[in-house]
Amino acid sequence: MIRLEGVRKDYGAGTPAVRSLTLEIQEKEFAVLIGPSGSGKSTTLLLLNRLIEPSAGTIAIDGQNISALDPVALRRRIGFVFQGIGLFPHLTVSENIAITPRLLGWSRQEIAARVRELLELVHLAPERYGERLPKQLSGGEQQRVGVARALAARPNIMLMDEPFGALDPLVRDELGTDYRDIHDRLGLTTILVTHDMTEALLLADRIVVMRDGGIVQSGTPQQLIDAPSDDFVRHMIDSPRRRAQRLAAALNPIPAP
Amino acid sequence: MSNGAFAAAMAVLPDYLGQHVLLSVSALLLGIAISLPLAIVSAQSRSLREPVLALANIVQTIPGLALLALFYPVLLALSVFTARAFGLRIPALGFLPALLALTLYSMLPVLRNTIAALMGLDPAVKTAARAVGMTPRQSLLIVELPLAAPVIMAGIRIAAVWVIGTATLSTPVGQTSLGNYIFTGLQTENWIFVLFGCVAAGALALVIDRLLALAETGFAQRSRARLIAAFIGVVVVIAASLVPLIGTASGRAVIGAKNFEEQYILSAVIADQLAKAGVPSIRRSDLGSTIIFRALVAGDVDAYVDYSGTIWANEMHRHDMPGRAAVLQQVARWLKTTYGILDVGSLGFENAYVLAMRRDKAKALDIETLADLAAYAPRMKIGGDYEFFSRPEWASIVKTYRMHFAVQRSYQPTFMYRALSDGDVDVISAFSSDGRIAEYHLKLLSDPKSALPPYDAVLLLSPKRAQDAKFFAALKPLAGRIDLTTMQRANLMVDRDKRTPEDVAKWLVQRIRK
Ligand SMILES: Nc1ncnc2c1ncn2[C@@H]1O[C@H](COP(=O)(O)OP(=O)(O)O)[C@@H](O)[C@H]1O
Ligand SMILES: [Mg+2]
Repeated sequence: MIRLEGVRKDYGAGTPAVRSLTLEIQEKEFAVLIGPSGSGKSTTLLLLNRLIEPSAGTIAIDGQNISALDPVALRRRIGFVFQGIGLFPHLTVSENIAITPRLLGWSRQEIAARVRELLELVHLAPERYGERLPKQLSGGEQQRVGVARALAARPNIMLMDEPFGALDPLVRDELGTDYRDIHDRLGLTTILVTHDMTEALLLADRIVVMRDGGIVQSGTPQQLIDAPSDDFVRHMIDSPRRRAQRLAAALNPIPAP
Repeated sequence: MSNGAFAAAMAVLPDYLGQHVLLSVSALLLGIAISLPLAIVSAQSRSLREPVLALANIVQTIPGLALLALFYPVLLALSVFTARAFGLRIPALGFLPALLALTLYSMLPVLRNTIAALMGLDPAVKTAARAVGMTPRQSLLIVELPLAAPVIMAGIRIAAVWVIGTATLSTPVGQTSLGNYIFTGLQTENWIFVLFGCVAAGALALVIDRLLALAETGFAQRSRARLIAAFIGVVVVIAASLVPLIGTASGRAVIGAKNFEEQYILSAVIADQLAKAGVPSIRRSDLGSTIIFRALVAGDVDAYVDYSGTIWANEMHRHDMPGRAAVLQQVARWLKTTYGILDVGSLGFENAYVLAMRRDKAKALDIETLADLAAYAPRMKIGGDYEFFSRPEWASIVKTYRMHFAVQRSYQPTFMYRALSDGDVDVISAFSSDGRIAEYHLKLLSDPKSALPPYDAVLLLSPKRAQDAKFFAALKPLAGRIDLTTMQRANLMVDRDKRTPEDVAKWLVQRIRK
């Protein structure tokens, strides 16, 4: 279980990037943080594995205050997938995936077996892809490697910052669905950031809507649809529906008389 | 003749090339060892980065020769201090000053490229390194340095080419290098030597540059084969250059020579004489008058030939003229009591500073003496070697004869004689033992008021060697054995006939032994 209590982050003078954030995410939950650009989603994620430190408040994982833990060790047991992909360009696919196990001192055979297993998990043929460099892969393939790398050391928690945002819609859907499947199979706790409500509705157990560094509403997709807390949330939750209607209209034009 | 010069150049190539490579590689490795960590720290700290880069930039603006020359007095002062404090003497001449100067010289490109490469990395990649659980050190070693490697390597390449080129300038501080070809060749108008030195240094720089370029693309393309090939290539070049040096380690006597033909010949004669007595030696040529004397005092040079008048005026600061024999005697006593230097004695000839003119011109104006010259001087141009106008002898001439020339120019000696014969200057400072005086039919002006001291060639031994009976016994036979005509002939063989100093030294030794 992940628990944030009164967390604030200032990047300097001016309005805080995140303010008095209080949030609980259950074990094995798939939580999606959604909100407009600059609402503090990435900041929240970075705070969770201590890539940045909070200005106030506490964050606990499984009841342990993370500020008391060694940040390096903490990061090795949390998977992180980046918006901009973030693979190491000078390392092969296999070497990228192997990185955290290598840092943890796994044996060579263990690592090799794990890399294979992960490539298969993210639907990349090990023989074809293992020795390639990141630049020799498509964007979707690169992000599959990013997911595999994050999963390498068998973390229980996955943090994903707009992981599929830069991909074309078809690939995005496919990767999203594939990942949700992995999440369920491995029993992970996932916090995924997006600004795409369709993606949020399709993947999330729980949606956390953010604005101006704070939480506007948090609940299951159904709860948000049924009882949006204000116009902002209603507008956001309606946007997929409006698009769907426009889509339906476009696909089934009214027959000419 | 040119075949002889080429063979002579080839004969000393192993020594020159080996020394050159040893010096360049040491300076480059030391430079990288300092620059890399400094650049890594500087890339993270703005307050360090700016002064570090500014300093490296300033070093780069100092001309290479000046930087090399600067380390000599610095080390000398340091040597005096450490000798007093710990009884340890740092060599101020030769390898060490050259190494330090070149190390400084090599630092800027490595610093600049490393800092730029590390700072230019995509921040997302660095964040990714932290996110997967790397410590700052692991991030540096596994991610940042490998990604920066091609750019760093490019900096090392630039540094290598600079260092190999600039190392040719280490000859005047007493470090043998491929520059010896250039300095000696320029002095003796042996253009084959000059060309040989340029080509050798250029070829070495080119080979190393190509090998490092291979390493650079090896890093950029992650090609292990290229990296291994480059590494093997560099190792082979270095090893091949250094093999001839093995077994020629320290413990050998150092024979100094100033930067003119007579000195090259005499240092070779001394080496020959020592070799006969079973004392191995190396020669350090093209040293300045003051540097060579300080080096003898400090023991960096074990023996060389100086001139009584030079010591009298430059070191003893005497202006009186008690006569040739008295000067000789007082110089020897002063050297012994002041520094413990042993004056083995006069070799038997004088090499005086004299002012010389073209014979036709002197005749036309009826100039015989310096006093005659003084009347025409305000309408004349005078040429001197690099040292002459800052030497006390010149001050003495100016004072004694109220001598003032319209124009004063400094020349490399070879060009000075040319300038005189072409009429670019009217008077030059010449050396009385110079064979070119006869060759150019020059008129030597006499010195009725004794403004100039006598200049007997004297063989000096360092304080340490002064105690060495075997050393003394080997060199004592040279005293009084070389007369002026013999020395002039020997000098002319180098100046005009383009024979190597070593070759002429053999001829001279045979005459002495007769
Ligand atoms: N490193 C930083 N330094 C200063 N301000 C930052 C930094 N990162 C983010 N911010 C600011 O904090 C706020 C929240 O940013 P972020 O968490 O990245 O939002 P989101 O991911 O929701 O778009 C924004 O106003 C952003 O400009
Ligand atoms: Mg963001």
